[in-house]
Amino acid sequence: MAQPRARELGRGRAAGAMTRIGQAGHRGERSDCWVRVEARDEGGVILCVKSKVEVMYGHAVRSTCLTVLDAMGVRNAALTVEDQGALDFVLAARLEAAVKRAGMGAGATFLPPPGGGFDGQTARERFRRSRLYLPGDQPKHFLNAHLHHPDAIILDLEDAVAPAEKDAARLLVRNALRVVDFGSCERMVRINQGQLGLEDVDTVVPQNVHVILIPKAESAEQVMAVDARANAARLDAGLTAPCLLMPIIESALGCFHALAIASASPNVVALTIGLEDYTADLGVERTAEGRESLWARQVVVNAARAAGVAPSDSVFSDVSDLEGLRAAVLEAEALGFEGKGCIHPKQVPVVNAGFAPTPEEIAKAQRIVLAFEDATQRGVGVVALGSKMVDAPVVKRALRTLRMAEALAMVPQDWRRRAGGTLADGDDVRKEPLAEDGSW
Amino acid sequence: MARTAAPVTLTSNALGRLVPEMVNGQQQVPFQGVHGYRVQGRKAAPPIRSAADYPPGGDKRVATLAEALEACGIQDGMTLSTHHHFRNGDLVANMLFDACGKLGKRDLMWFPSASFPCHAPIIAHMDAGVVHHIEGSLNGPLGDYCTDGRMRGLGVLRSHGGRWQAIQDGEVHVDIAVIAAPCADPFGNANGVHGPAACGSLYFALADSLYADRVIVVTDHLVQFPAVPWHIQGNNVDYVVCVDRIGDPARIVSGTTEITNSPDRLLVADWTARFVRDAGIMKEGFSFQAGAGGTTLAFAIYLQEMMKQAGVRARFVRGGSTNYLVKMLDEGLTDYILDGQTFDQDGVVSMRENPRHQATSPFTSYNYHGKGFFGTFVDVVVLGATEVDVNFNANVVTHSDGRLLHGIGGWQNCLFAKCTVLAVPAMRDRIPVIVDDVTTLTGPGDLIDVIVTERGIAINPRRGDLREAVRGKGLPIRDIRDIQREAEQICGGRPRPPRRSHQVVAAVKWVDGTLLDSVWKAER
Repeated sequence: MAQPRARELGRGRAAGAMTRIGQAGHRGERSDCWVRVEARDEGGVILCVKSKVEVMYGHAVRSTCLTVLDAMGVRNAALTVEDQGALDFVLAARLEAAVKRAGMGAGATFLPPPGGGFDGQTARERFRRSRLYLPGDQPKHFLNAHLHHPDAIILDLEDAVAPAEKDAARLLVRNALRVVDFGSCERMVRINQGQLGLEDVDTVVPQNVHVILIPKAESAEQVMAVDARANAARLDAGLTAPCLLMPIIESALGCFHALAIASASPNVVALTIGLEDYTADLGVERTAEGRESLWARQVVVNAARAAGVAPSDSVFSDVSDLEGLRAAVLEAEALGFEGKGCIHPKQVPVVNAGFAPTPEEIAKAQRIVLAFEDATQRGVGVVALGSKMVDAPVVKRALRTLRMAEALAMVPQDWRRRAGGTLADGDDVRKEPLAEDGSW
Repeated sequence: MARTAAPVTLTSNALGRLVPEMVNGQQQVPFQGVHGYRVQGRKAAPPIRSAADYPPGGDKRVATLAEALEACGIQDGMTLSTHHHFRNGDLVANMLFDACGKLGKRDLMWFPSASFPCHAPIIAHMDAGVVHHIEGSLNGPLGDYCTDGRMRGLGVLRSHGGRWQAIQDGEVHVDIAVIAAPCADPFGNANGVHGPAACGSLYFALADSLYADRVIVVTDHLVQFPAVPWHIQGNNVDYVVCVDRIGDPARIVSGTTEITNSPDRLLVADWTARFVRDAGIMKEGFSFQAGAGGTTLAFAIYLQEMMKQAGVRARFVRGGSTNYLVKMLDEGLTDYILDGQTFDQDGVVSMRENPRHQATSPFTSYNYHGKGFFGTFVDVVVLGATEVDVNFNANVVTHSDGRLLHGIGGWQNCLFAKCTVLAVPAMRDRIPVIVDDVTTLTGPGDLIDVIVTERGIAINPRRGDLREAVRGKGLPIRDIRDIQREAEQICGGRPRPPRRSHQVVAAVKWVDGTLLDSVWKAER
């Protein structure tokens, strides 16, 4: 009944047939809702709400509907909501998307009030062992993702979102960035390719995004375009911290330009690789063994190191195979990667543990650092541990290991003082026993 | 023996809950505290029978269920019982009331050990007057029927142990017990471990077989005497009826039980297992019980890994058994499974073939009016709940909006374990699980020790010992009100309590037969 009438009205108004009905969200999807807005010429706002949480929060659902419509400048409309326990920020994003799809609310937005964690900052030097992908159009995963302790969460606007839902997902991700407390996780967004991606940047960067993942990176210009757009957006929003970048190499061309891509901006902090697209580009199967992508992964590691940024590995796609994941993490670490993407929270502890130093590695690093500092203090040029010389790069690597161990609370912050006590007692670290073969 | 609905007078019990003074024509005792009520008197007993009145060859078969019911002297207003070992695959309860309808009987009371959505056809029998009301778990369509105030009598929700108690104490007199038996012989010996509808144990029907006036065994797998093991003894059985099919095997037990993939449930399960380990409960010779829900099953799996790592073995595990528990038994991680009901095919096979996989009845495991029960020996039990309040009281029977959701099952009986853990999410979508006051009180906080959520673990202040035991172990121990506040903040403020009517539609019993709380007609 409603649709023919709407078409009639549309015809009657103007040439170019304005859309008068907009729908957004997902029916029957928990933590989400489905909304339908039909523009009217008169009669005010008519609300029809069916909510799973009617008893407890029906009043809040209605009040949010009216607030959002008002902010969007919608005065006359029939609104239907089927709610499966969507939080206010989800409902608001769905309403905004539906209003825009109905051809209303041009230029208007509704930003929900910021919640906890909105102001959290990041640092270039942060450890990024695990980054957990969350489909940008599925709010049910947002709230608890950080409880699994990934180093970062990625709200994904690209592959996880169907082409027809890009506009709605962008609004949902924007609202989530404002409202959801992601705990101590770094806040990342994977934008779309091309122009769509630049529009994503405009919308999400003002909401304190720490890192933008740039898909299908094939040239430095691409990275610079995102960087410029992100800078503009953040300055407009009055944000002082730069928005960091993580380009994803996903093609043969990307591999050949990897160094330029990694060096394209001082805001690039890491370079990563997407193996599904890469193997598709080569026209080969992606195997568990990964022989077909070994070169590309090594290129990414080397380009990243050459540019002074962190190399990070692709995702492991078999969620049920945690043993396989464990082996893949060890392999990635051996190749020089510092982190890996996760597509399910249960992968996170495996990835975190795999990239974290072992107690043996920490103990070794402590011996090296103490020997180095002791030698420096005594003005001795050559650092030795037992019978073995310690080179500067070895010290550097040991310091990195300890920084991570400290950050992960695997060693106390004051381990030097504790160890220093034994030094002062005349226990020369150079007498620390080595492994039998003289290696560490 | 026509049943009449009397106006309900309410009284306040020891926890301040309003409960009816009369339920379905019987005077009630309000809840007086966890151990507050002692009943005097003797147990109920069925009439004395003589072997002379039964076929000397032991063949008690009659052609149809209707014939058997008539032979049992079925009359209007009688109480008929069934068991729920077939879960959502039961065909016998519907068969029974279809037969009663055809016989023109009216105002019967159905007394199942639990009901399932497959029993929706009973609604038509209630509308038609064949069934007057149901005393037993009510969920799905039957739950709605009751919550909407359409049932003539009050629903009465009892735990598995409470059902045994009600029968043995004479609170509920079963006129005719109808026992669906996956395997039976003509004398009426019956078990649940053989036959196409094999379900494991049959002991939810044991009290019915011992105390009912008349007992009918219905089977689709008749074997020559003796049917062993005899979970149900033929000496208690009046008639045996053979039919084509008593249940849908696919819905009775699942082929195999799969662990949940829900990250949040896995997280709660992981914290729960760590708690049990770090509190020192997981030690050589300990015992535990965990439900077969997503979170509790995952808990058992995580705990199993920790037991292997620590080289610790359990003396017994209480089931609901699944392939995961069976694996523990087979690998020697536990000496025994003491099993109340069997959830998958591996469980059925194990019960049939492994003498250390012991079927247990609500009498041995759960009955409060006995000389002790196993439930109190269990070192730790992990259960679910729909709501928990800040005083650790919990609700399992209604949704947060007050509508009947599921039965009590063994949940109340399990609360008597040495450590009772509820593994629950802090919120379900937009519904906070920790509330000021539970919608329907099903378990008193005096017996609930620990609440594990994905946002932290709350320990009942009563249990300073547990708090001490996990101090410094890196577990996220928090005040229950902190977790509540956090969830409410995320959900958008305090939830409004359900608007409820003043009409009681069901009563929740405590394990001693006293009334713990009422379920109210939902306001539409």
